[in-house]
Amino acid sequence: MPKIIVDGQTLEVSQGENVLQACLNAGLDLPYFCWHPAMGSIGSCRQCALVQYQNEHDTHGRLIMGCMTAVTDGARFSMDTSNAVEFRKAVIESLMLNHPHDCPVCAEGGECHLQDMTVMVKHRDRRYTGKKNTHRNQYLGPLIHHEMNRCITCYRCERFYQNYAGGTDLGAQASRDRLYFGRQTDGVLESEFSGNLVEVCPTGVFTDKPFLADYSRKWDLQSAPSICGGCGVGCNIAPGERYGRLKRVHNRYNHEVNGYFICDRGRFGNAYVNSQKRLNYPGLQMPDGRFKAIDHQAALSRAAHWMKNKRVVGIGSPRASIESNYVLQTWLGAKQFCAGFSEREGALTCGIVEILQATRAINPSIKQMESADAVLVLGEDLTNSAPRVALALRQAVRNKSIAMAEQIGIPEWQDAAVRNLAQDALSPLIIVSSAATRLDDIASHVHTLAPNDIANFGDVLIEHLRGNISEDVDIINIADCLMTAKSPLIISGVSLLERGILDSAAGLAETLYDHNPHTMLSLCAPEANSIGAAMLSHTDNLSLAQITERASDIDVLVVLENDLTRRLDPTSMQQLIASGTTIIALDILENETLNHATLALPAASFAESQGTLINMEGRAQRFFPAFKPAHERQPSWQWLLHLAALDGHGELSKIIHFDEIVHACAQQHSPLARLTEVAPDHSFRRHGQKIPRQTPRYSGRTAMSADLSVHEPQQPKDLETPLAFSMEGVNQNQPAALKSFVWSPGWNSNQAIQKFQAETQKPSVGVSSGIRLLISSGKGIPHTSTDRTAFAQSNGWQLIPIQCLHGSEELSAYTDEIAELAGDPFVALTESCALELQVAAGDGVILSSNNVNLSLAVKIVARMAKNCIGFSAGYTQTLSLSAGSHVQLQRDPNWRPFKPLVIASDRRPNAQLRHNRHG
Amino acid sequence: MLSEIRTLWEVFKHTFTKSETVQYPEEMPYLAPRYRGRIVLTRDPDGEERCVACNLCAAVCPVDCIALQKDTRDDGTWYPEFFRINFSRCIMCGMCEEACPTYAIQLTPDFEMCEYDRQNMVYEKEHLLINGVGKYPDYNFYRVSGLQTSSKDKGEAVNESRPIDTKSLMP
Repeated sequence: MPKIIVDGQTLEVSQGENVLQACLNAGLDLPYFCWHPAMGSIGSCRQCALVQYQNEHDTHGRLIMGCMTAVTDGARFSMDTSNAVEFRKAVIESLMLNHPHDCPVCAEGGECHLQDMTVMVKHRDRRYTGKKNTHRNQYLGPLIHHEMNRCITCYRCERFYQNYAGGTDLGAQASRDRLYFGRQTDGVLESEFSGNLVEVCPTGVFTDKPFLADYSRKWDLQSAPSICGGCGVGCNIAPGERYGRLKRVHNRYNHEVNGYFICDRGRFGNAYVNSQKRLNYPGLQMPDGRFKAIDHQAALSRAAHWMKNKRVVGIGSPRASIESNYVLQTWLGAKQFCAGFSEREGALTCGIVEILQATRAINPSIKQMESADAVLVLGEDLTNSAPRVALALRQAVRNKSIAMAEQIGIPEWQDAAVRNLAQDALSPLIIVSSAATRLDDIASHVHTLAPNDIANFGDVLIEHLRGNISEDVDIINIADCLMTAKSPLIISGVSLLERGILDSAAGLAETLYDHNPHTMLSLCAPEANSIGAAMLSHTDNLSLAQITERASDIDVLVVLENDLTRRLDPTSMQQLIASGTTIIALDILENETLNHATLALPAASFAESQGTLINMEGRAQRFFPAFKPAHERQPSWQWLLHLAALDGHGELSKIIHFDEIVHACAQQHSPLARLTEVAPDHSFRRHGQKIPRQTPRYSGRTAMSADLSVHEPQQPKDLETPLAFSMEGVNQNQPAALKSFVWSPGWNSNQAIQKFQAETQKPSVGVSSGIRLLISSGKGIPHTSTDRTAFAQSNGWQLIPIQCLHGSEELSAYTDEIAELAGDPFVALTESCALELQVAAGDGVILSSNNVNLSLAVKIVARMAKNCIGFSAGYTQTLSLSAGSHVQLQRDPNWRPFKPLVIASDRRPNAQLRHNRHG
Repeated sequence: MLSEIRTLWEVFKHTFTKSETVQYPEEMPYLAPRYRGRIVLTRDPDGEERCVACNLCAAVCPVDCIALQKDTRDDGTWYPEFFRINFSRCIMCGMCEEACPTYAIQLTPDFEMCEYDRQNMVYEKEHLLINGVGKYPDYNFYRVSGLQTSSKDKGEAVNESRPIDTKSLMP
């Protein structure tokens, strides 16, 4: 390990890193702006200046930029010499020349990297008396607020947006002191990762618009470590609460999963927690169909009365926690429990678990995916179905340029140099899909095939790799890419609801493994806890079809956080409702299932309860409540424990606490045996105290509730978790699973994360990035040559589900901003197909088949498999459409959009906006 | 011995000095304009609320007796949706006044805030807001701030130049 000397202090540093990283790793406070741990250095801000000396006799030295200088053994630097100090101070002073006088009305204030750095260099008075430059702001959509005056031209936004996330519509314009970062014209930012600009920008140019509408300072937010429920990736997030409302969600660093970035669904799609559609009290349906609010005692006693000596069946949910599903299954027994998947979804998710438990290939973490040098994506539009994975793939294709740079001795962090060297050279990314995907721009090979043919394509590739040489040039090319790669990655998923694709992806990984033990196989699960629900399921479990068919035999049906209209076709749903079964439904938000329930119980959301979710790689991660549930809301596991106790369940009636459920679950389900290690239990203490949820500067404690009573209530006690609803305790060096917020003295912005890491870009101190519960036995998957039917030409168009980042996910669609971006449900057609039907984008077409007659908007896509059309999956209006079925298409002459075309929520009066956000 | 006599003498001398104690409340003491008493929220010279809900007063308050929530007016300016001071906790330290970047929060020489019911010591914005500028007659934050409002375009604040035309080709 090389050693460098900084101000007489000898630092052991890692080979190949730069001086800025080395200083930060050593805990030194060296100011910087443009350097970002995930994006490397470009040396544009000139802030991290040090003085380097030739040798011990050199007293003069020369100024160097820390981020642009590689460490060399024995190199001597000084941070504290007056030369360097004055230089850094002068840089800040010049950056502040045009910075507007608006910190009090800036949403970045209090977590502003520019504020931190200005204080760090001790710049105070403005000496320049000239006028300040000003810029016009742009409208960037409902998620991001733009305030260009505040820009310090560090280029981080452009580098993230274009270079890291592959966006094309935001960049630098003009020159010298006219530099401007924005779009060519006003408009909604196209990138699915635009929200990260909020965290990437060192000052307040890009701020979180929904948060701005109901703003609180960072120091006033009560936060807890949490896991995003938006998709199967399981990104780590930190929700912040004040006055009983979820104010915002920030990225929470997890080295293995999301690193520094999350997608817009994860960041902005959680305001449903404050929705007016939330249930506050248990509701009893009256004969006239309306619900009467009752208290929880009345609700429980009524439920107990119904359940006495009756057949009770439970339906779990892939979006509820392991613990809630476990309690329901244990209470009613495996034979009276359904995991809550639809038929196809259930088979596919269990298929993923089977494959990942047997495959010899590596099941990579998201971080590992970034190291792949050839990627094959089978049948997924990852940017919309597992967005964070797509962002990882955008880094993976850069491995070629990094390898090129390595050859001529350019370190990876020399970002501009590496990009300049590589130009357009990218590692191979092969996409085989039924429709256009958002990764097409970086793909080396793109194939458009119907779902069935994708599986066949995979099989042909397997046969080719096994020696049955194909004559197809594409197959040969793709096989070459995969065979020559050091660590090839096969990614597939369940978006197309086609089992064959999973099998051929698994077969392909197995075949490649024979040649290369570094082969990786990753399969995307649809929901936050799909894998968990599948791992918990039992062969004795009922299926949803069995329940609907014999609904009349069931006296009471307990539905846990599951909207059955999303799992069942409309006729089965009608059958279930008509059967007269008493339905007890627990959920967060009002939905169709709840509307038909006899008793609706209000469940706490992810921000008010705790639980464990298992993501697509089989990683179990725990989320903790940021605040206490209001009204009569309770976490689902608590409701179910009450119900089980009233029903006289012996084992469960002894359980009171969450940790006891975890222990019982770990004992009874051997694959989940390590569930107890996912996060420390409620007895964990750091220096004898719990971990605080509130920052040391949390304000207003003696006034927040003084309007109700001047006598301050006791801080809520948290008996279930190692976190405290107060500012007491030490937020330092705890396991990463308990990191409720990042703050370190002098580092108020999210850049403080480096104070929680042993090294930048490395895992947090006290590592616990979740526990991998899905461990492969390494047996391998026996190869079966399946003879699939090729795509059959039939009369009609085959329906392909198109996943949408905004709109396809159930809960986030209840957030106003997401609903606005989701727009109308649509039918996706290619240009030529649209010509054939004589429609254009924005027109309507009627889809008709035996049981469907639906009119939807037309969206033109770049490519679509032959004789196939796409439909927006997961939208309430398109739930009746079944993937793979055939429909007739016809132009709708009387078509009207569901929503007006322009509904920019932020152009509504503010009062209305706030009203919509939290009633 | 000597020091005890000296002490007795010093105390005795005070019998003839003018008393500092006044017969409050019959006789009111003089309180300087900068005396730290009851807190008020002032208005700018245009009659608008000065408070921009920046939360600095709440953050600096050593007894955490200030709570507020930011909201935005239709013209783009920030203001507190509610602003609450729990005077039963307030120690009149004046740090909120010191922290306030807009001169909105000011301490006054009034300290007579006795109540039988402690609940009455909780002041909301309508109790705190006065129709005046207080100690700083001229200051209006939004005239200085770079924030665009409906009445002030970009570049119209104090010491600002007109917005830059990014499409200009002039050197």
